[in-house]
Amino acid sequence: MPHTLTISQLTDKLTQGELTSRDATQSCLDRIAAVDGQLNAFLSHDPADALAQADAADAARAAGETKPLLGVPIAMKDVIAVNGHPLNCASKILGDFNSPYDATVTQKLRDAGAVVFGRVNMDEFAMGSSTENSAFGPARNPWDTDCIPGGSSGGSAVAVAADECIASLGSDTGGSIRQPAALCGCVGLKPTYGRVSRYGLVAFASSLDQIGPITKDVRDAATLLGVIAGEDKRDSTNVPEPVPDYTAALTGDIKGLKIGLPKEYQVEGLDPEVKTATESAVAELEKQGAEVVEISLPHTEYAIATYYIIATAEASANLARFEGVRYGARVDGASPEQMNRATRGAGFGEEVKRRIILGTHVLSSGYYDAYYLRAQKVRTLIRQDFLNAFEQVDLIASPTTPTPAFKIGEKSDDPLQMYLSDIFTISCNLAGLCGISVPCGFSNDGLPIGLQLLGQPFGEPDLLRAAHAYEQATDWHTKRPNFN
Amino acid sequence: MPNMREDLQHAVKLARIELTAEEEARLGSQLGDILKYVDKLNELDVEGVEPTAHAVPLTNVLREDEPRESISHEAAMRNAPKTANGLFIVPKIVE
Repeated sequence: MPHTLTISQLTDKLTQGELTSRDATQSCLDRIAAVDGQLNAFLSHDPADALAQADAADAARAAGETKPLLGVPIAMKDVIAVNGHPLNCASKILGDFNSPYDATVTQKLRDAGAVVFGRVNMDEFAMGSSTENSAFGPARNPWDTDCIPGGSSGGSAVAVAADECIASLGSDTGGSIRQPAALCGCVGLKPTYGRVSRYGLVAFASSLDQIGPITKDVRDAATLLGVIAGEDKRDSTNVPEPVPDYTAALTGDIKGLKIGLPKEYQVEGLDPEVKTATESAVAELEKQGAEVVEISLPHTEYAIATYYIIATAEASANLARFEGVRYGARVDGASPEQMNRATRGAGFGEEVKRRIILGTHVLSSGYYDAYYLRAQKVRTLIRQDFLNAFEQVDLIASPTTPTPAFKIGEKSDDPLQMYLSDIFTISCNLAGLCGISVPCGFSNDGLPIGLQLLGQPFGEPDLLRAAHAYEQATDWHTKRPNFN
Repeated sequence: MPNMREDLQHAVKLARIELTAEEEARLGSQLGDILKYVDKLNELDVEGVEPTAHAVPLTNVLREDEPRESISHEAAMRNAPKTANGLFIVPKIVE
């Protein structure tokens, strides 16, 4: 069952000659054929193209090549460009768009030898926390197919949790990697803003978006980050920091590491099972020699309001490009403006419309200072909270989400309630930090619970070290959903 | 009672999104709730606080202006809904 392997396990077997990339890739394709009808993780995939890449990887290995991901099948969120493949952002407005180039992360995966395959489901334009906003139907949580898998990178998490791929890439603007990873029982890593190039990532909120891995364990997250991180002249927000060997950080030794628990994170609505599971996880870290202290992030209660002003403002500008002229679907109109209106009215789903209108409003004349400029100032206060906290501690621990996965449809009529569920993940993006979610238990209903660790800008080595040390002492990450 | 506040109707117009009457009513009420919620930022005194546009201290990132390969004209046009002679076609602008 090669599709159940991690990157490191598969790489060992490929190196030993016990398996070929064709075996592994075919195994993932068979798994998709068997289970994806129930899960809807994949919007599309091209088996012939995947197998051709696998054969090329096998030939390269036979010729003596060694690369970090040689022959490893990796699935791509439908917001990252892969040359010659569809790119829809799970929206109708892109019509039958076919990407004319590779994103930088796609190119880096190819250079590392990966089999880049599949377009995985998401909330339309990465706007949402449940993958219910996909124009192609919701993805389903493999731990309970009546539940949401989280979002926006829901398909990326489902594909990993259900062993339809070895690992995947997602994107995270306010928790869109960490939250679905938590709700599906995977590892999800949001790198520091500026760590990974966004060239070829369809922009949602440019000051917040970051691409990152969703994987079956922490070591795989470290391996994938090492491949996709680094400077790129095609993304001017990319920070020219050297890329360390992230797997070298996985020493298992966290003695003396200082971990902060924000007192403001004891929020109303925090599920008691989630609270207990994350407290036990923190106790485990303490047992291994970490020092746990209470910290304060006084502006926590303003994070969601700040985020939904800044993110929607940026989205309203970024999504202006979908106007029916240069690419995607078009609905005809008598004038260019009528054509734009009709195209955008028919092409965008409701959440995307809601956010574009909100973003346009907060930027519009007469409202800019009251909303957008004020939110940018509060963002400074939120960021300062974290920088102050990191004077005292190395990492911050919290639940990834206030509750386990909820039922499909439960919150879809109440967008504000949906937004409030992002409370623990959103500040990380506003402050430009890195963050990871690792499995730390299950609810009584058998739904996964995630522990979130947040690190300083470019503090991924500490983040991965602590997450890995925790994972070594537990077996949550080895559990697999058993669905019919 | 109109379906949507006038200021939001103005934003809809600026955003160039056609809404059905039903969408106007639903989005209007939901956006009203969201705007009420974000008003909590007014509780804070932000006098003298510098705004943060993004979280990394990078400004004026420049590179050499060197000619290099790019995608072809044909590849750049291939996803357009309507083209002719290598140009995008739009509805008539000038009468």
